[in-house]
Amino acid sequence: MVHAAKASHIGGCLSMADILAVLYTRVLRVDPADPQSPSRDRFVLSKGHATAIMYATLAECGFFSLAELDTYCRDGAIFTGHVSHAVPGVEVSTGSLGHGLPIAIGMALAARTAGAGSRVFCLLSDGECDEGSNWEGILFAPHHKLDNLCVIVDFNKIQSFGSVAEVLNLDPFAEKWRSFGWQVEEIDGHDLAALERVLGAVPAPSGRPTVVIAHTVKGKGVSFMENKLEWHYRSPSDELLAQALAEVGA
Amino acid sequence: MRTTFIESLSQAASANPDIWLLCGDLGYSVLEPFAAKFPERYLNVGVAEQNMAGIAAGIALSGKTVFIYSIGNFPTLRCLEQLRNDVCYHGADVKVVAVGAGYAYGSQGYTHHALEDAGIMSMLPGIEVFVPCDPMEVRAATRLIAASGKPSYLRLSRAGEPNLGAAVTDPRKPRVLREGREIVILASGPIASRALEAAGELAGRGRDVGVVSASCLKPLDEAAIRDAVRDASLIVTLEEHILRGGLFGLVAGVFAGDAVRPPIAGIGIPEQGGKTSHAGSREALLDAAGLSVPAIVARIEQSLAKR
Repeated sequence: MVHAAKASHIGGCLSMADILAVLYTRVLRVDPADPQSPSRDRFVLSKGHATAIMYATLAECGFFSLAELDTYCRDGAIFTGHVSHAVPGVEVSTGSLGHGLPIAIGMALAARTAGAGSRVFCLLSDGECDEGSNWEGILFAPHHKLDNLCVIVDFNKIQSFGSVAEVLNLDPFAEKWRSFGWQVEEIDGHDLAALERVLGAVPAPSGRPTVVIAHTVKGKGVSFMENKLEWHYRSPSDELLAQALAEVGA
Repeated sequence: MRTTFIESLSQAASANPDIWLLCGDLGYSVLEPFAAKFPERYLNVGVAEQNMAGIAAGIALSGKTVFIYSIGNFPTLRCLEQLRNDVCYHGADVKVVAVGAGYAYGSQGYTHHALEDAGIMSMLPGIEVFVPCDPMEVRAATRLIAASGKPSYLRLSRAGEPNLGAAVTDPRKPRVLREGREIVILASGPIASRALEAAGELAGRGRDVGVVSASCLKPLDEAAIRDAVRDASLIVTLEEHILRGGLFGLVAGVFAGDAVRPPIAGIGIPEQGGKTSHAGSREALLDAAGLSVPAIVARIEQSLAKR
């Protein structure tokens, strides 16, 4: 998709691929045949630039056909380069960072009132945690004991113009969340069993909202992309695409 | 206006269990009746307007109607991108309610003066914008937006505003406050009371002046505006807001393409002059901004002389 559309953001797509795979195959209660069911779990992709992997996941789950992915970023297609709620299975459009968590909090509040047991999962990037609006939400959710809310941070350590450590250091990251009152789980974001264990445990018995700090590798699975800032922007050539597909076994 | 708003909202919420109210830690001595009656649908989110707007969108996207309430610039400009993306782009049923229109918070200073909000809100896609001039319009607009299913902006002044005219039949339509045909003053917000005073003064000088409350800035009912000024040789707009993007800009836009039309005199708060650094009551600040009744009369007479 990214190659055909000459699009960007492949690095941040690959870092969260395992997270989406576990969410959509093992955790989320969503039904492609009834995508608007009021009692569904909600998934809010706040790092809306990582949209190719979102659309691919939804297609694999049957929300629409795989063939439709060929229209990604094409003229007139619904598959825009930042995630769009015009696409079946997408809850909200994002792209400007720092928007997803407050929306997810609203959904979690409404779900708690509805009493149908819906959970809300929200995926943030690490660079996105620079946004003050997220910290408004991080302060709010534990105060209101939103145990049906789970934030996942795709902590791949590289933001758009440098490493997180250089641009605006988040450490000590887990301690920050813990001090705000969250149930903190820190795992290898490519360990499928660990992802299933922590995401499947929502709502946490502690009664707190959960944050999963998922340590990931930007460009995971493709040797020349791993931990390389440039793959926030570049689109692979024909040759590099062939190599990348071979490496991930596609 | 604030009291009328919360009474009207409480009535709507009694009939509709899906109506929620969020505030950004403001609304002391105003919101308590709603909070007491509907504690499960009331939430003070804290001093965090971006979070408030996003939360409102999330609740609304779960099938509810959500009002958010704060002062002037806080639930509008502070969270503008949340309103643009999270609320309006998704068509989320969120109502932004701001108190402190124009100079209503007078001596509190520039941060609390809402001078650009109505224009900026009007630019958002799919939102409806109401700037009522009196409690009767507040009641009608609140009822309407509570049931409209659309993003909306309700711009309130503060307290003690008198009713200026007869009952409101349709909040989306202009409401005649004073009959008159030669000069028609289109006013938005409580400054319409100064339009009525100016009209009375001009009538004493032999002029036939009508005053119309144009409280619904968006959608602006163009046909009704045209009908209201059909015999006028001068149209005047009066607003407690800068001219750019406000009532003047919207009305001028209605007539801009006409080959023949009456002149349109826009009277509002000057863009630079509005940046006052002086304390003052609403009335004193309006006077200082050139919106005293004598100044309004003088501006209208100057425009008449130029025809």
